[in-house]
Amino acid sequence: MAEYDYIIVGGGLVGSSIAYGLARQKHRVAVLDGGDRSFRASRGNFGLVWVQGKGANFAPYARLTGRAADLWPQFTEQLTGETGVGTDYQRSGGMHFCLDEQEWEERVEEMETIRAHTGDAFDYEMLNHDQVKQQIPQISDRVLGASYSAQDGHVNPLYLLQALQQGMDHHGVRYLPNQVIDKIEARQGGFRVHASEGVIAAGKIVLCAGLGNRPLGEMLGMDIPVVVDRGQIMITERLQPFLNLPTLHVRQTAEGTVQIGYSHEDVGLDDGTSPTELIKIAHRAVTMFPLLQRVQLVRAWGALRIMTPDGNPIYQQSTQCPGAFTVTCHSGVTLAAMHAGPVAEWIAGSLEQDLINKFSTDRFDVSQN
Amino acid sequence: MFRRIEDIGSDTVTLWIDKREFQVPAGISVAAAVLLCGFDKVRDTPVSGSPRLPYCMMGICFDCLMCIDGVPNQQACQVEVRHNMTIDYQRGAAELPQQE
Amino acid sequence: MKQHYELLVIGAGPAGLAAATDAARLGVDVALVDEQKFPGGQIYRNVSRARGQLINYLGKDYMRGKQLVVEFLQSAADYIDNASLWYLDDRLEAGLLIDGASRFISCDQMILASGAQERPMPLPGWHKPGVMTAGAGQILLKSAAVVPQGKLVLAGSGPLLLLLAAQYLRAGVAIEAIVDTTPASRLIGALPGLPRALGAIDYLLKGLSYMHAIRKARIPVYKHVDDLRAEGDERLEAVCFSVGRGNAASEMRIAADTLMLHQGVIPNTRLPLAAGCDLAWDQQQQSWKVSRDDWGQSSVDQVMVAGDCGGIVGARAAELQGRLCALQVACKLNKLDQDQRDRAATPISKFLNRHLAIRPFIDALYAPAPAYQLPADDTLVCRCEEISAGEIRAAARLGCVGPNQAKAFTRCGMGPCQGCLCGSTVATLIADETGAAIEDVGYFKVRPPLKPITLGELSSS
Repeated sequence: MAEYDYIIVGGGLVGSSIAYGLARQKHRVAVLDGGDRSFRASRGNFGLVWVQGKGANFAPYARLTGRAADLWPQFTEQLTGETGVGTDYQRSGGMHFCLDEQEWEERVEEMETIRAHTGDAFDYEMLNHDQVKQQIPQISDRVLGASYSAQDGHVNPLYLLQALQQGMDHHGVRYLPNQVIDKIEARQGGFRVHASEGVIAAGKIVLCAGLGNRPLGEMLGMDIPVVVDRGQIMITERLQPFLNLPTLHVRQTAEGTVQIGYSHEDVGLDDGTSPTELIKIAHRAVTMFPLLQRVQLVRAWGALRIMTPDGNPIYQQSTQCPGAFTVTCHSGVTLAAMHAGPVAEWIAGSLEQDLINKFSTDRFDVSQN
Repeated sequence: MFRRIEDIGSDTVTLWIDKREFQVPAGISVAAAVLLCGFDKVRDTPVSGSPRLPYCMMGICFDCLMCIDGVPNQQACQVEVRHNMTIDYQRGAAELPQQE
Repeated sequence: MKQHYELLVIGAGPAGLAAATDAARLGVDVALVDEQKFPGGQIYRNVSRARGQLINYLGKDYMRGKQLVVEFLQSAADYIDNASLWYLDDRLEAGLLIDGASRFISCDQMILASGAQERPMPLPGWHKPGVMTAGAGQILLKSAAVVPQGKLVLAGSGPLLLLLAAQYLRAGVAIEAIVDTTPASRLIGALPGLPRALGAIDYLLKGLSYMHAIRKARIPVYKHVDDLRAEGDERLEAVCFSVGRGNAASEMRIAADTLMLHQGVIPNTRLPLAAGCDLAWDQQQQSWKVSRDDWGQSSVDQVMVAGDCGGIVGARAAELQGRLCALQVACKLNKLDQDQRDRAATPISKFLNRHLAIRPFIDALYAPAPAYQLPADDTLVCRCEEISAGEIRAAARLGCVGPNQAKAFTRCGMGPCQGCLCGSTVATLIADETGAAIEDVGYFKVRPPLKPITLGELSSS
């Protein structure tokens, strides 16, 4: 008999959430993670638990995101209760600024589409400049208005990752860092992973290795299309509180630092920084919040997002090797509540999930379109 | 707890440290001036509120952060004293800059 | 200041000054960038302005810097002073902040000469007001003629501690005690390096002269102490430690107003790392150094490294390394051929080897005591975010295999100093806790900005 019920490949936010969710259901789980210098999207996360704007091009994603956000309060309470690690989660509502009429029009259209996709479960309002200023007195006159959703919130993504890791520990997950995987064999009723640690066997395997999922998927007969998208973000010195809710590009953390995002670049496997993008990011931030002009930058860094061709998550079980799954997505923070709950249950087979089944790679199959 | 060993220049400048007036030698750093004037701390940390004084004097430790001429979190060891400069303790996180 | 130079030299200490001066002499279009108002780096800080008795207190080694500064200022090299290099990456885009304005300049070749920093010495109470580094004491002396008054204790190990004591004694500064943390076993470990060190006998004689001055002034010296602590309520009140072993051990408590700590210096590798240079672990020096050949060539084609930022060599050797870098850059830029380069390099290399002869002996003698690399659980490791050694150990037990993960979990290294004051300790703690070799544990990635910059300054670059 295999030593583990599940091997999770990848110990970032996605892998940790799923491992934690499976271990809570009393499954025996091992997590194989990379090293200190691996590309880690989880370290570049902006920390939004974000609903507005997601899924306009794919209705199931709008519904998935809405469900995840609704599961968050209970998820974080349970996680902190078990581990004693707070995640700084606040469902404070969130804003997306519009700087001109055209942005405003496009935003309204997008919000309406999502509202329709979710059968009115998604709720938002458009705020004019004065209404925004009432909530955020430091806002620039350049901001025409904002879309606001009370369903949005934010967390400290690093505390979340630490809490999940503590939670895995708490539920007896074996965590193996510094692993390089040479080979995965699908055998009768299970899988054997040849890793740095040696050969590890389990009944099922879940690939949550981000950009690593493409080559790992090939070992299990899965074509997992992932694309690299570099984002750069920056963080300022600690300031007295001035922003009590997150916006898409600027949020103030519980420590008082201001986190500022973000960029999209196609630069391959380079998680460094570039001055041109940093200047653009800083410029947008001071345009929206003039007070940031005189605030010091403490740190800036790049991280690689895991994108799929349509930007929506992939939840897939291998047809060639049943028992092998993949979870490939960005938004590992928002979806953490979903991954630790319904997605883990779907993998365990304890729940038929119509919604999750809509995220299979079949949608990329040209012959079906 | 510090003193100057000799005049290597006779020029002095006036500083306002924590709202009190001091004469210090021109050309020295704010951190040196604050030590010379006998202050027991330059800041309270934003994490625990504990007091700190300059530690490395070469710009790497960031323990000498002060509010200089109204600008918070300045490295006092990297800034030279100027006539009529106002220097205040850095108390925790930076105050919000005034809107322009 | 131009938009582009054939060569940018970063840092106006001995290595950078010599490199820029010689490169200019060889016809290279060169600029020297430095953050200070006056050239000299830390070792020759303020040397062009030193006058009166201060010159006697600081000694003639210090005044060597004046000659370097004069020669540099007479050279054709551009001098970009008061400029902080806030950005550097592996495309060698160099972002400079000058008078609140950020601009980028480019170059064909770069010589990094960013020097050293003191090795952090985390011990209970090291963050309290009243505790500073010996280097800080020396900077106060050089740049402001400011010295401690009241009860002063010097503690730790390494040549700088003895040099500072000698300088203070010359300047009439009272020293309560010198507390030496060098373990007793270090002298035996250093003996194999002694024969070679005799080739640099002037260093040994200098060290002996400092010790003689300390003895003559009847300063109490406590040797091989353990368990060093800075105690006090709001600020330092006493320096505590134990002397002797086993039954003979006794606890000491010395009332103090100022405690100056030192346990050697380590390379300031942030710039080489930002430029993409490979590092290697130096077991003898217990620190990371830049992988470089005898010319100073790093793993990045356009980047040379001179002086302490590539591995600790001392001021005179740094100067000579700067000269070798300049020759190699000039050769790369076709200002001289290989024969000319090699002929010019021969006497420099000979001097350099003489100065390097002292290193194995000094490095072994003053290798840091483990207690201040692996502090007890409740000692602060990260002074900015106030993270203790215990928290780092807990993160390592939870599965953090390197400093970058420990940073994500604990916030250590996330403050404004960006890990300069905790990086080496964090890596050592993780290695100790996980049983991994420190070279496998690694170091913090370098993140911009390398020096403070506001968002306004950045956005208007």
